Amino acid sequence: MPLSAPSAAATVVASGAASPRPNAIRTAAGLRFCGLRREALGLRSSPQAVAARRSVAAAATAGNGAAGSGGFDYDLLIIGAGVGGHGAALHAVEKGLKTAIIEGDVVGGTCVNRGCVPSKALLAVSGRMRELQDEHHMKSLGLQVSLPGYDRQAVADHANNLASKIRSNLTNSMKALGVDILTGIGTIVGKQKVRYGKVGFPDNEITARNIIIATGSIPFVPKGIEIDGKTVFTSDHALKLESVPDWIAIVGSGYIGLEFSDVYTALGSEVTFVEALDQLMPGFDPEIGKLAQRILINPRKIDYHTGVFASKITPAKDGKPVLIELIDAKTKEHKETLEVDAALIATGRAPFTKGLGLENINVVTQRGFVPVDDRMQVMDADGNVVPNLYCIGDANGKLMLAHAASAQGISVVEQISGRDNILNHLSIPAACFTHPEISMVGLTEPQAREKADKEGFEISVVKTSFKANTKALAENEGDGLAKMIYRPDTGEILGVHILGLHAADLIHEASNAIALGTRVQDIKFAVHAHPTLSEVLDELFKAAKVKAAGVSLSVNEPVAA
Amino acid sequence: MAGLLHLHSTLLPSASALRRRAGAPAPSSSRRCFRVEAKIREIFMPALSSTMTEGKIVSWTAAEGDRLSKGDPVVVVESDKADMDVETFHDGFLAAVLVPAGESAPVGSAIALLAESEEEIPAAQSKAASFSSGASSSPPAQETAAPEASAPPPPPPPPAPVAISAPAPPSPATQGGVRVVASPYAKKLAKDLGVDLFSVTGSGPGGRIVAKDVEAALAAPKKAAPVTAARPDVPLGSTVPFTTMQGAVSKNMVESLAVPTFRVGYTITTDALDQLYKKIKSKGVTMTALLAKATAMALVQHPVVNSSCRDGKSFTYSSSINIAVAVAIDGGLITPVLQDADKVDIYSLSRKWKELVDKARAKQLQPHEYNSEGRKWCFGYSVVNLKMKGTFTLSNLGMFGVDRFDAILPPGTGAIMAVGASEPTVVGTKDGRIGIKNQMQVNVTADHRVIYGADLAAFLQTLSKIIEDPKDLTF
Repeated sequence: MPLSAPSAAATVVASGAASPRPNAIRTAAGLRFCGLRREALGLRSSPQAVAARRSVAAAATAGNGAAGSGGFDYDLLIIGAGVGGHGAALHAVEKGLKTAIIEGDVVGGTCVNRGCVPSKALLAVSGRMRELQDEHHMKSLGLQVSLPGYDRQAVADHANNLASKIRSNLTNSMKALGVDILTGIGTIVGKQKVRYGKVGFPDNEITARNIIIATGSIPFVPKGIEIDGKTVFTSDHALKLESVPDWIAIVGSGYIGLEFSDVYTALGSEVTFVEALDQLMPGFDPEIGKLAQRILINPRKIDYHTGVFASKITPAKDGKPVLIELIDAKTKEHKETLEVDAALIATGRAPFTKGLGLENINVVTQRGFVPVDDRMQVMDADGNVVPNLYCIGDANGKLMLAHAASAQGISVVEQISGRDNILNHLSIPAACFTHPEISMVGLTEPQAREKADKEGFEISVVKTSFKANTKALAENEGDGLAKMIYRPDTGEILGVHILGLHAADLIHEASNAIALGTRVQDIKFAVHAHPTLSEVLDELFKAAKVKAAGVSLSVNEPVAA
Repeated sequence: MAGLLHLHSTLLPSASALRRRAGAPAPSSSRRCFRVEAKIREIFMPALSSTMTEGKIVSWTAAEGDRLSKGDPVVVVESDKADMDVETFHDGFLAAVLVPAGESAPVGSAIALLAESEEEIPAAQSKAASFSSGASSSPPAQETAAPEASAPPPPPPPPAPVAISAPAPPSPATQGGVRVVASPYAKKLAKDLGVDLFSVTGSGPGGRIVAKDVEAALAAPKKAAPVTAARPDVPLGSTVPFTTMQGAVSKNMVESLAVPTFRVGYTITTDALDQLYKKIKSKGVTMTALLAKATAMALVQHPVVNSSCRDGKSFTYSSSINIAVAVAIDGGLITPVLQDADKVDIYSLSRKWKELVDKARAKQLQPHEYNSEGRKWCFGYSVVNLKMKGTFTLSNLGMFGVDRFDAILPPGTGAIMAVGASEPTVVGTKDGRIGIKNQMQVNVTADHRVIYGADLAAFLQTLSKIIEDPKDLTF
């Protein structure tokens, strides 16, 4: 277990937040790589679990596969060593399974190398820059800062160093546990049989009792967009921060686009969003989206075009700027041509499932995604389950988040080691690491209303403002809103949405409650340290009015919203 | 120090004119506004807190055409403290929204029109059209037409480009006047400052308009305006009656003769101030704000100079230091007030000043607004101004190269300071050498019933110390 590494991971976790218990985080980080599994911490990382895993792991190191594999080379073969594959591999070893993982590129996958991890490094920088540049904010804290500046290459190095550090942590952790890391591209050639090797030379054939596909995704680039990696690029290139353009168009205003707008505007760029839907940030709860627009878009050097497609993007050359042809999303009529210095394509991600040999086992992908059932078991063209074959993470498209992939992998390992397990996707939190952050778990308000109408129950919504939170005010960061959607009849939490300081860290109390089935009438008695940001959620729980029978104690308090 | 103030400020008196005019009978004058059109009411931007001067419309909870009962929420307003639902005080129909969601309006300005009956909605909407044809923050233009709700709306005044009235020469950015390539921030700035992007020449890559071009465009007409705008408008050989504002100025000027004033001058070296200004200019700090701040800090030490004589028998010491700055506008002048200039930090003060100036400018474009019956003082910025009475006035003609002048004391205040240009001056230093320093002359006019010669002298000495060693101004 590399001891130097965890501190790096812990740094990421704790960036900006003074953690009262750094050691706890450090321990967790060492084993579970919080750097990339940050969001999943709430899912399963109690110190006890970590400790248990450590001892099992130690035993397993000596004998990965000691159990024998009943004629198979491995009990479990994972194709793809991203966060999903890594999570599955570690859990498999804990369960005593002989495990191998095939990686064709670099260990860590998108999240560690080209996604969440390096972007968090850039966002850590942008958050500080933004704060230092906000004279009014500084002044109100009584601070004086002379003109803040930054060194682009040093910022880029920070992101790159972080990625390599986490990558080596990941590799070492699997090696230390005795997971066989096989290099190459894996292709399924038949039932429980995989060939792997360099592209075109699949020389090695191995068998495994169970196979997990965890090949992840790549940036999706719509037709008509020409990527040159310099002036028109995807997040893969942007994370290298080879330049900070004066004016950058960001195509797509989801998580990726929004986070990059935070980075670029803090570093001095002006940003133009191009969004195909009628509103920015379409995935968020509408109320959160509206507030996010007021906090994260309107006051910044950002403008936007909504309801338009970028039908053609031409990289800058011969002294001409990047040209972006915009067409109306509905009528397809040409609307405008933008001339910008650079364009970031953040239109989502496409599954990376080519060359997997799915045709050999009668599986047909849907828009590239591998069809799976609730248990992540792969379905063939006839709708039947393919035995012993699973697919997790971005490749199945259920919920394209690193920690979701890992949770799915752990769920699969539970099943193949004899415990049925269905992952509740509604309990998986999501976060967008802008400044301030946005986080959510469960249903949005419209989704909850729809479900309530269909199933015939009532819902209630409570809200509170960060302006009412002492800690937030002490930080001079009173912008923000938290809302909870719940069933007043049962006290079930349906969804929680937070926009505000450290929202990404705050969501886990809610996601844990949903995962464990904790009801509002119970959790409202849990005590929160004062003054902390966690009291924002405390306010929500206490403001909720539940009619559930058997609840005799009422501690409803007024919410100072 | 040419361009010491960013606006043409001239004589002070109008300052008082303004305050006078609206100050005393504020409630009655606003009632008068109501009486004019009893059936189409205006919904005003409310003051949600004591420190709120401007509110931002977060969203309209009622839509145009909605029927409203007294107490129904109409709009969500974001103030400096919180977001609040604002209710209507009357039954009626929301006829027209004047300030759309996302935009700001000063406290007291009309943000929507409420029609008493459904039939009046069209009339209200045509009235609203005339509102919106001016700048978004401008007060209603045609009071004369208002009493008859059914009267045909006056033709909307042509939209006035703020920056340059003459069509700009074609620039790469405008591409024949069809397209404008402007960066997101430039667009935002142009909207906030009311600059027409078609009139801006872009200096960015490929002729793109960037933020500094917009700022330059805004600054440019300041020099040109007095020459180009004033001359053609004067009908030579005729007698033109005073506008309401000019009438008020005239009245106040005559009134001022009843006050026994005297003057004390001082020469202040501004090298250090100029240097400081250069350093923090990029952060949006203006020289006006610096001077106001310095003056306010000096006043803290000399409260008597911030006092006034209201009844001829007593001193009235002001509880706060509010610096009024005279600003010339077409057809008169107004005096935006920087409230609590001693307490507000220089950056906030500069922002505030900019905001006030922008609003003043927006008005400058619609001289017709000033010809009507004084209604304008019910609305907008001038209402804000009423609440914030200046306790000391600054007037500056330095940008015209004026080296010294004499200001008339606005009745109701104790003192006014006339600021001349800062110019390189040959001076002898204490060690017997000759050097060149930037120096400006200030000349304070004061009411001798409360402020005596020694008071002014001491005040000026303090002020010159602050300006000559200005490090305290920035904190």
